[in-house]
Amino acid sequence: MHPAASVIFFTTASGAGYGLLFLLGLAGAAGLVPASLAFGLVGFTVALGLITAGLMASTFHLGHPERAWRALSQWRSSWLSREGVAAVATYLPAGLFALGWVVFGTAGGVWGLFGLLASLGAVATVLCTGMIYASLPTIRQWRHPLTVPGYLAIGLYTGALLMALLTAAFGGSVQIFLWLAVVAGIGVAALKLAYWQSIDSGAPAATAESATGLGRLGRVRLLEAPTTSQNFVMREMGYRVARKHAHKLRAIAGAVGVAAPVVLLLIGAVAGEDADVVPLFLAALAGSAGAVVERWLFFAEATHVVTTYYGAEAA
Amino acid sequence: MTSLPETATARKLGLVIDLDICVGCHACAVNCKEWNTGGHSAPLTDWNAYSGTESSDGDDAGAWGVWFNRVHTYEVGDGAEGRTVHFPRSCLHCETPACVTVCPTGASYKREEDGIVLVNADLCIGCKLCSWACPYGAREYDHADGVMKKCTLCIDRIYNENLEEVDRVPACVSTCPAGARHFGDLGDPGSAVSQLVAERGGYDLMPEMGYKPVNKYLPPRPQKKTCGATGAPSRLEQLAAEAADAVPGGAPQTTGGKFLAWVDAVLSR
Repeated sequence: MHPAASVIFFTTASGAGYGLLFLLGLAGAAGLVPASLAFGLVGFTVALGLITAGLMASTFHLGHPERAWRALSQWRSSWLSREGVAAVATYLPAGLFALGWVVFGTAGGVWGLFGLLASLGAVATVLCTGMIYASLPTIRQWRHPLTVPGYLAIGLYTGALLMALLTAAFGGSVQIFLWLAVVAGIGVAALKLAYWQSIDSGAPAATAESATGLGRLGRVRLLEAPTTSQNFVMREMGYRVARKHAHKLRAIAGAVGVAAPVVLLLIGAVAGEDADVVPLFLAALAGSAGAVVERWLFFAEATHVVTTYYGAEAA
Repeated sequence: MTSLPETATARKLGLVIDLDICVGCHACAVNCKEWNTGGHSAPLTDWNAYSGTESSDGDDAGAWGVWFNRVHTYEVGDGAEGRTVHFPRSCLHCETPACVTVCPTGASYKREEDGIVLVNADLCIGCKLCSWACPYGAREYDHADGVMKKCTLCIDRIYNENLEEVDRVPACVSTCPAGARHFGDLGDPGSAVSQLVAERGGYDLMPEMGYKPVNKYLPPRPQKKTCGATGAPSRLEQLAAEAADAVPGGAPQTTGGKFLAWVDAVLSR
């Protein structure tokens, strides 16, 4: 599948934003972080900023961005529509929670309830994002039991990296979020390794023989394509990354996205509650870069069954 | 509304494509393009239509455009069992198409009255998710209009009372010089297309996807490995020897009789 930059930016940025919002909601309600103006202002600016920037970016790849509001209408059948509804709905409790935190200086009580609702909305939105991909039978690498857990885990991990940085800068239980990020990072690594191993050995969803129904007559090879040049289907669905590059990029995603941040987090952990912001900032940066590489691979490694009409032996 | 009709539609208009007959001339694809670039989903935009570069690496230099019908040609089987099969591919107007249910705006829909799957270009936001959901590559995005386009089963022909009744069929069907394409109601077991499907063992493409395509494909008939008993000798040499024996001087006996044989002999001098 063609890895569109806008969709990669949207899913990684909003994933991290929702991860942070999820943790702000829980930590605020539980009193793990101070409901200070500075923490609230920076925390919500980063969380809602990433979410909003991501949502804006997702409209860039639309043919008619001015009609994007229509995407809220078909939540009965469409995961994309559900994602839109969940994203918009989450702004309400998130906004009220931010109001209590920043203006009234409290994240507890009824404001804490809004925080928990915002956390719930964050999980629901990322779940819907994952389901957009997991619900497509045409792409076996996406219709996979680890697709949705992958989106949730990476959202939590990149959110935890930001939360660890925020607590180091503005006070709060830095050790909790630092170790949460370490555990989430290791979880992400384990999950992605299992996913990659599974898609590498998985049976194809279709072959040239099954797609044409001509397998009864023998092996099927494309003799003449319908066009001498490319068409939309070949460009959008036909993108495939070379296997050796994919393996290299997986290693880069693991090294930059998980190994480096974990080392930096451990450096932070040694310093105890006085953890320096510099290693945690670098950890968040590296973790986000790794998430972008992972998301690029998620698209580039996905093979669509329609390619079997265009010369692929299997997909 | 992108939810599907609650019960299966009674009428299931669709195509039956005979892979035994198709000669791969692309006339169906060309006439489809010609009709539809002025029809319901007009225009079917082309880019670099007169480009001399036939690019294969995906850049924009080559000619490309929106087509609803594409003809692939496959080599099937090996050696003496091998054969060439021409394979026209267009929207199958599935009974349970995920291209409709994934649509976030309600632009994609399946008609209750005849099962045709259409796109409302005024509602489409151009997110392309429907094209990802289609296993058959039936939907092509128009970058100039910013909306998704697809086969309409020539909805502007089949119900068009300004056309002669005989012409109220999809453009691809009307133009096929080989008679490889049939149009009709596949929901009616008594219809000509349904009977053709039953008779010839018409099949669904990728039934494992669960989309229940309405369009059916008729498989190529078995290859003929032996000739029929026409009484003709199987060896040419034998025929030549017999001919040489039959006519003094070795001139072949023609079907026109001895007079023509004499003319032939005179003119051959």
